Amino acid sequence: MARHVIAPVDELPPGTRKFLEIDGRPIAVFNIKGEYFGLMNRCPHQGAALCEGPLIGLAQSSDPGEIEYTKLGEIIRCPWHGWEFDIRTGQSYCDPRRFRVKAYAAHVEPGASVVKGPYVAETVTVKVESDYVVVEL
Amino acid sequence: MASLIAGGVDCDVHPAVPHLTSLLPYLSDYWRDQVTTRGMVDLVSQSYPRNSPIVARPDWRPETGKPGESLEDMQRHVLDPFQLSYAICNPLYGVQMVFSEDLQAAFCRALNDWLVKEWLDRDPRLRGSIVIPTQSIDKAVAEIERCAQDRRFVQVLMLVMGDTPLGKRALWPIYEAAERLNLPIGIHAGSAYHNPPTAVGWGSYHIEDYVGQAQAFQTQLTSLIVEGVFVKYPRLKMVMLESGVSWISPFLWRLHKFWRGVRMETPWVDRASLEIVRSNIRFSLQPFDAPPEPETLIRLFDHMQSDELVLFSTDYPHWQFDGQDALPEGLSPDLVRKIMIDNPHATYPRLM
Ligand code: FES
Repeated sequence: MARHVIAPVDELPPGTRKFLEIDGRPIAVFNIKGEYFGLMNRCPHQGAALCEGPLIGLAQSSDPGEIEYTKLGEIIRCPWHGWEFDIRTGQSYCDPRRFRVKAYAAHVEPGASVVKGPYVAETVTVKVESDYVVVEL
Repeated sequence: MASLIAGGVDCDVHPAVPHLTSLLPYLSDYWRDQVTTRGMVDLVSQSYPRNSPIVARPDWRPETGKPGESLEDMQRHVLDPFQLSYAICNPLYGVQMVFSEDLQAAFCRALNDWLVKEWLDRDPRLRGSIVIPTQSIDKAVAEIERCAQDRRFVQVLMLVMGDTPLGKRALWPIYEAAERLNLPIGIHAGSAYHNPPTAVGWGSYHIEDYVGQAQAFQTQLTSLIVEGVFVKYPRLKMVMLESGVSWISPFLWRLHKFWRGVRMETPWVDRASLEIVRSNIRFSLQPFDAPPEPETLIRLFDHMQSDELVLFSTDYPHWQFDGQDALPEGLSPDLVRKIMIDNPHATYPRLM
């Protein structure tokens, strides 16, 4: 597992996502209210660019008509057929046992530790005084 | 054809009400006089036009009267030759067509009492379905509770084409009562003719109505599943009667496919529709609407992923097969036993 530096923190403010390719794999990294999440940008159903879908909440119910809506903004809905995936775990909600999308841990590291390594920072120039978004895969 | 075994349960036979006047002894004085003074005519629905071939097998068609109106004929045609332990009577008399909730309730009550006196009391193998006045949910529940005191009523009967989609919550008190009293809900082919009998409007021919029943069953299953009836009433069983069976799996593939993309609209549906069908829905065998090759039949059952879904029925006196050939070819003896005995008993807890 390698850590990839994908952007300086201020290039990925809350509510944005960044698309990139790492080792040939399409990845998206999200900043959701200051938390970072990496997700494979390929839907396990039929291969859509899943991470281009809208972020919604999780509707659940044990009593018809009464809906509990949680995880606001943490569910990504595939732009092709509408399947929902949990951005934290990658699990699907229509068929959790059979379908999940690969989720990657992402977080912020100060430039000082990034320069020490080992990190892969092919396209990002690292400065000691900045913080960086790092994804592990 | 697969061989029948003795002791089976026929889950769909149709005793016929000879004429509206046959119900007069079972109506209150007021309603009896209303029927007479208003000059009400026999309640004949277009679902089963009397001379249509499907309405009665030629050898089951009496010289006079309606097919299925004589107990002796029913005994001679099915109860004895099929060596049945039980047959469940589903009266298809046009009471559902009536719009007045009071008149409908009076007719349903009379019909249920008629069934007890003229059929259930006269042959110990017979069991009954409670016909309910769905114009009034309160009255429907009251009729279920009244009839349920007689253990020989084993089911509540509704038509597949009534007034509304069957999953609607207004109907749920009916389902609550049925679950509480161990009564499955039988949904039978047929229409109250309050809506066109197809989703696209009125056709020209009887075959359009009859073939269209399968679409009505599909629409009702979708409604029941997505509205969450079986989340609310998990022990409730519903039996699709005279629904056909060949369409079940392709329909479920379609429902499941589209549900996956809009799961959040009905988040109480927390299982695949096939799983819900396996736990809560059953289907009567006749009319068996698949081609006669055993391989096709085996694949059909494979697709259903269960040998518990189908219940034996002759659909007497309707013409769905000839002779004793009620069981399609290719059923293993194990499956015959399940269909004829185990599955009906697992579905109808009051059968004993
Ligand atoms: S490709 Fe994503 S739901 Fe079909």
